[in-house]
Amino acid sequence: MSDRSYLDHAATTAMLPDARAAWLAASEHLGNPSSLHAAGRSARKVVEESRESIAADLKTRPSGVIFTAGGTEANNLAVKGLYWQRQQSSGSKSPMRVLASAIEHHAVMDPVIWLGEHEGAIIEWLGVDHDARISTTKIAESLATNPAIALCTVMWANNEVGTIEPVERIAELCKEHGVPFHTDAVQVLGQVPMNLGALGADAVTISSHKVGGPFGVGALIVNPATGFTPVLHGGGQERDIRSGTFDAPAIAAFAVAVRHAVAHQEEHSRAIRDLRNDLVERVLAAVPGAILNGDPDLLGGGRLPGNAHFSFPGCEGDSMLMLLDAAGVDCSTGSACTAGIPEASHVLLAMGVDERTSRASLRFSFGYPSSSVDVDRVIAALPGAVDRASRTVSSRST
Amino acid sequence: MKVLVAMSGGVDSSVAAARMVDAGHDVVGVHLALSRNKTYGDGRQRGCCTLDDARDARRVADKLAIPFYVWDLSEEFAEAVIDDFIEEYRLGHTPNPCLRCNETIKFTAVLDRALAMEFDAVATGHYAQIVQGAAGPELHRAVDPDKDQSYVLGVLQPRQLARSIFPLGADTKDIIRAEAETRGLLVAQKPDSHDICFIPDGDTAGFLQRHLGSLPGEIVDSESGEVLAEHDGTYAFTIGQRRGLQLSRPAADGAPRYVVDVEIGSRRVTVGPPELLDVYALEGIKPIWTTSPLGESPVELLAQVRAHGVPVPARAYAHGGRMMVELLVPIRGIALGQAVVLYDGTRVVGSATIAVTTRAA
Repeated sequence: MSDRSYLDHAATTAMLPDARAAWLAASEHLGNPSSLHAAGRSARKVVEESRESIAADLKTRPSGVIFTAGGTEANNLAVKGLYWQRQQSSGSKSPMRVLASAIEHHAVMDPVIWLGEHEGAIIEWLGVDHDARISTTKIAESLATNPAIALCTVMWANNEVGTIEPVERIAELCKEHGVPFHTDAVQVLGQVPMNLGALGADAVTISSHKVGGPFGVGALIVNPATGFTPVLHGGGQERDIRSGTFDAPAIAAFAVAVRHAVAHQEEHSRAIRDLRNDLVERVLAAVPGAILNGDPDLLGGGRLPGNAHFSFPGCEGDSMLMLLDAAGVDCSTGSACTAGIPEASHVLLAMGVDERTSRASLRFSFGYPSSSVDVDRVIAALPGAVDRASRTVSSRST
Repeated sequence: MKVLVAMSGGVDSSVAAARMVDAGHDVVGVHLALSRNKTYGDGRQRGCCTLDDARDARRVADKLAIPFYVWDLSEEFAEAVIDDFIEEYRLGHTPNPCLRCNETIKFTAVLDRALAMEFDAVATGHYAQIVQGAAGPELHRAVDPDKDQSYVLGVLQPRQLARSIFPLGADTKDIIRAEAETRGLLVAQKPDSHDICFIPDGDTAGFLQRHLGSLPGEIVDSESGEVLAEHDGTYAFTIGQRRGLQLSRPAADGAPRYVVDVEIGSRRVTVGPPELLDVYALEGIKPIWTTSPLGESPVELLAQVRAHGVPVPARAYAHGGRMMVELLVPIRGIALGQAVVLYDGTRVVGSATIAVTTRAA
């Protein structure tokens, strides 16, 4: 048994042995999947089988699976690619509107901000309630009142507080108004059933390393009828939307990880939900004043089963992280980091949490290797860490 | 001991961390992010808080196999150091921001936080020595006179000194660099930082102009009272300054002229001969006594008023909450806001912010 507890599976999780095996097996084959000879064809077969496997698992068409070098690239392609395409097909260079939730991951938020700053896009940030849930009424209003909307992007579930968004309804609304809809589903794969055929979104982002595959590979799953302007130009390997040599070993391992995530989703979700619920109950009992952020219904379907996110008012999140790290617990402040520098979370701020409390937050996220030993270790270490971290705040001038 | 090492990403704090590990302490490295605008270095300018410096510090921590974190103290730094720096210049003073940073950030914000987290001490790469004396820990000059940083550490209170470790003070910089090389630290050849870290281009006047705007006034001759030139702001002038005056006419006797007075209200800068700059006595406010306070009777000590200034013999005593210093050898050109640090031989006695200077013998 490890003497450390890794509870940051929302950041990345352990690679599955089967995925690693597939990765190594594919790495033994010579051949560029785009080459025409036997070696190339054999490599291409790996890529296409993986594409079909992922499409089947997510109940969508293989032709819509665009492999990318990860979630960030897929999100950039969705946001910028849709914007440029929509602007081009509108026949005018006039700025269009982008609807985006205020709690997007930086990999969506920053491309949206970039469009505003560099392309003149009009950005409408869709607010959330105190549980981080978006209002479909407001989206409906905005869709009904604004012409020239290039796209709407709302994450399927929030990476920090785990709130699941009503993406089915948002997809419907967007379809009614003829507005392309993108959702970042990086956090939900393997934790929530995903039926992309039924969802009918124009673009869905998934990432390999969040479900036990290797880093550096992901996919944008698109509606093949929806146009995207490429972000990366080159050989046009992926439907002329995305260029770059296929990483066949990574793609093969990714497909194995997705297969595992989907096949075991139900039992996995139940297992990590039970651990999570145990943690929440015991943290709230052990630390007076602790606040659970996000959807409080731990048995309902509105929260990622592996996510627990707390604020400990009066504490400094990064001090707690350091103290827990020293006590053998890997967790996260849940917020964005620039070279390890924590910033106040835009997600918590959008939920109406004040800046000071938002800095007093920690996220624990469970994955397939998690067990009750991990919960016990957190409960053993947390009250002391909170106590000491509260002294770090009172000693600071601000 | 549990020791937190403040790691700038430079050679000194890297070796300090390595030595703490060798000494058998339980070491954690922390890089202080002090700039609000997180930027990457351009490979030439040497600050202490770019993201590249953070990465260098992280790589040293990796090499030493110690945990490493970045603490964002940019808000505290902006308030306590940068805003203070600008405000002091607005008041016609000449502050030392490194000293202020040691006082408010490194040995207050960081040290307090470390102690709250149950560290026993904070170590830094400063060149100074701590000696256990009869009355408590004493702060002494470093062995290397060129690198000695005891002046900027003169703001440390006894309780801070008791929790500080300076592992480099007994060695010269050459030895430290060679040691970094031997240890295989990638930062061994990194240049020293000299400039004010939040003004990486070194253009202090330009920085102040951006923050304080244009506040034009006259440059006046001390003897004739004649207006010699106009200026854009008194903050570009400091007592004793000779360069950059751009006077249209030379002095009657052709001798160089110096800034001898800066008046904020009238925005008048007065220039004159260097004799007017000789300071014979000064008073410092907010004195900090390093080990134990001086009494009311004068003691023969050494006084230093600049980071690399020459210490001069002085008689000093405490009076009315101030540090009173009589300079037995006058010091030419002291601006208000500078710190005076008293030494007894190599030992730091205390420091204060200069609020009054007496120029007549």
